[in-house]
Amino acid sequence: MSVTAPEPAAAPRGGIATAIREGVKEMGFPRLAIAAFVVILFGIAFATKMNVSSLVSDSLLRVGRNGLLVLALLPAIQGGVGLNFGLPLGILCGLVGCVVSLNFGVPGWGGLGLACGIGALIAWPVGVGYGWLLNRTRGQEMMVGTYLGFAAVSGMSIFWLLAPLRNPALVWAIGGRGLRTTLTLTGSFDHVLDGLGAFTIAGVKVPTGTLVLFIAACALVGLFFRTRAGITISAARSNPRFAKAAGISDEHTRTQATVFSTVLAAIGIVIFAQSYGFVQLYTAPLLMAFPAVACLLIGGGTLSRATLAHVLIGTFLFQTILTVALPVTSQVIQGDFSETARLIIQNGMILYALTRKVDR
Amino acid sequence: MSARLRSMLAHAAVPLLFSALCVFGAFVAHLSPEYLLREMLSRFGRNAVLVMSLLIPILAGLGLNFGIVIGAMAGQIAAIIVTVFGIGGPAGFALAWLLAIPIALLFGTGTGWLFNRAKGREMVTGLIAGFFANGLYQLVFLFAVGSLIPLKAPTLLLPQGYGLRNTVDLVGLQYAMDDLIPWKITLEGSLVRVPLVTFGIVGLFCAFNLFFQRTRLGQQLRAMGQDPHVAATAGIPVERNRILATALSTLFAAWGQLLFLQNIGTLNTYSSHEQVGMFSIAALLVSGATVSRATVGQALIGTILFHTLFVVSPLAGKALAGDAQIGEYFRVFVAYAVITVALVLHAWQKKRAG
Repeated sequence: MSVTAPEPAAAPRGGIATAIREGVKEMGFPRLAIAAFVVILFGIAFATKMNVSSLVSDSLLRVGRNGLLVLALLPAIQGGVGLNFGLPLGILCGLVGCVVSLNFGVPGWGGLGLACGIGALIAWPVGVGYGWLLNRTRGQEMMVGTYLGFAAVSGMSIFWLLAPLRNPALVWAIGGRGLRTTLTLTGSFDHVLDGLGAFTIAGVKVPTGTLVLFIAACALVGLFFRTRAGITISAARSNPRFAKAAGISDEHTRTQATVFSTVLAAIGIVIFAQSYGFVQLYTAPLLMAFPAVACLLIGGGTLSRATLAHVLIGTFLFQTILTVALPVTSQVIQGDFSETARLIIQNGMILYALTRKVDR
Repeated sequence: MSARLRSMLAHAAVPLLFSALCVFGAFVAHLSPEYLLREMLSRFGRNAVLVMSLLIPILAGLGLNFGIVIGAMAGQIAAIIVTVFGIGGPAGFALAWLLAIPIALLFGTGTGWLFNRAKGREMVTGLIAGFFANGLYQLVFLFAVGSLIPLKAPTLLLPQGYGLRNTVDLVGLQYAMDDLIPWKITLEGSLVRVPLVTFGIVGLFCAFNLFFQRTRLGQQLRAMGQDPHVAATAGIPVERNRILATALSTLFAAWGQLLFLQNIGTLNTYSSHEQVGMFSIAALLVSGATVSRATVGQALIGTILFHTLFVVSPLAGKALAGDAQIGEYFRVFVAYAVITVALVLHAWQKKRAG
């Protein structure tokens, strides 16, 4: 079956001005503004003789750290569920995986594998349930996902307090119960992937393992959407009636897409924790979906369409801003400007995507 | 008959469940009715108008207006301005009330314009618009005030010379309305303030909302809420009315936030507004209101129920599990869960109907 692709933009006619206008239209104004912001930030960094290579190192670290969480949004969009603001559901599964792995005290690679495995294993049925709910609440997936995520995070906060664990490394020293807010991964799987094949070039530290995993995961997701199962999911999204005539139920494919997204989020947070060095419990996952969504949108994704290129470009652009903004702006102004900038850019981008008349 | 009884029970199930939770919590924490009454006297007055600001958009079919956070910011801006000029007391409050009108109407019109561009996803747009506006608010008050916007008030500014302090003492405004007609009663041996004027204002808002539904605009909004397409063919200016409804809601939220602040007496510059949307919406929904239907009575009952639970749950958590933290997480969980369930039911019914 053929899915008609939108016609590529016609060759610009009538001079450079039109060409530029067409180019801006194609890229989207916000994207250009954000790219310009990155350039300006690096410009200031050069001008004030900051250590640019350390800024680049930190940016790379954060790209790898957050990459999988952004990638986790892709299957949901491919499946027609839209922006998956319910990402915290998957993240919580991954956190359970981390806690179990830490509780058994499995060191190094085994710990990482165990956390990912348990996370993914729990995320599977959670994704099935979430997908079932999203099928019954069509048209309001974003809102239902957001608040289901919020409710799950606060419900799990009670669970972390009451969890029947007695491992002194995990629970509060006073009282002897209730998991700590942040669990350190030192001695467990702290930086095992970041350190794998890491090298320094021109003063820039490259966390090879995490970056390779991110790119490999992108490639795998890309490959999956070329397999029979993957094509079925996208086809049901782009033309549900036609798919139904071909014997594909789009309820089924939407659930598959949601499960895929949730499992990726669970693994994503384990990789995040690995690179960050800590597992953050309680309210930490509450707002994690929003920066990830902003990454995807900054890269060029929309509510109904996203590609691997959008994931990669968006993650690089937004995470670079988040990393560079604090040290650079603090050269110019006192106070933490980066948090304000993050709020404006992140939510401005989501707002722009929500209110676009033409949803490409 | 039985179907009607069933639907009545279904409507009352949610508030009954929450009443039971409140009673159970109060029982295990050994809370006296006097204690609860004392808490409610101040909490009801300071939250009821915020909850009522949600009613008009629901009537117009816009759903729960998560954008009332923006209205709360407008109210705070007005409160900050009168504090900077050092105008206190009832006059200061009245000035803040007036100043909030143009600010809130401007913000509300903007939000309404956004909602018109995002038909069918107004709620998520309102939520994100609130986050976005929070960023702009921080930009103005944390960085522009004192640097770009001249302000010579060292007591209000951060030590660095620009940016508003994290807490602003609203000494001038505190109890400006609550104590306009001072009356105190003795409960459990201590004097308790009864905010008569604030209750009067809440009453006025109730009356306005009831009256509004009978006006021409109110009828048009109701028609839009039932079926926007039919309303549009009947010649109702749907897009304009949606903006009007949002602007009114934003204005009421601004006024509601002012009432809230005059009772609290301190402004947490960067966080007082953040939770307004979530708590007001949850309060409305615990009364059994839905995304598409809510009444004035439900707003009042919801405010009382939700805030009773708010007071009770940390204490009950402490009594039951020896940890107040559990109760605090529990009440946040309840707020989120109530909103989630309402959203799910709304979308579910809509899908079945359409």
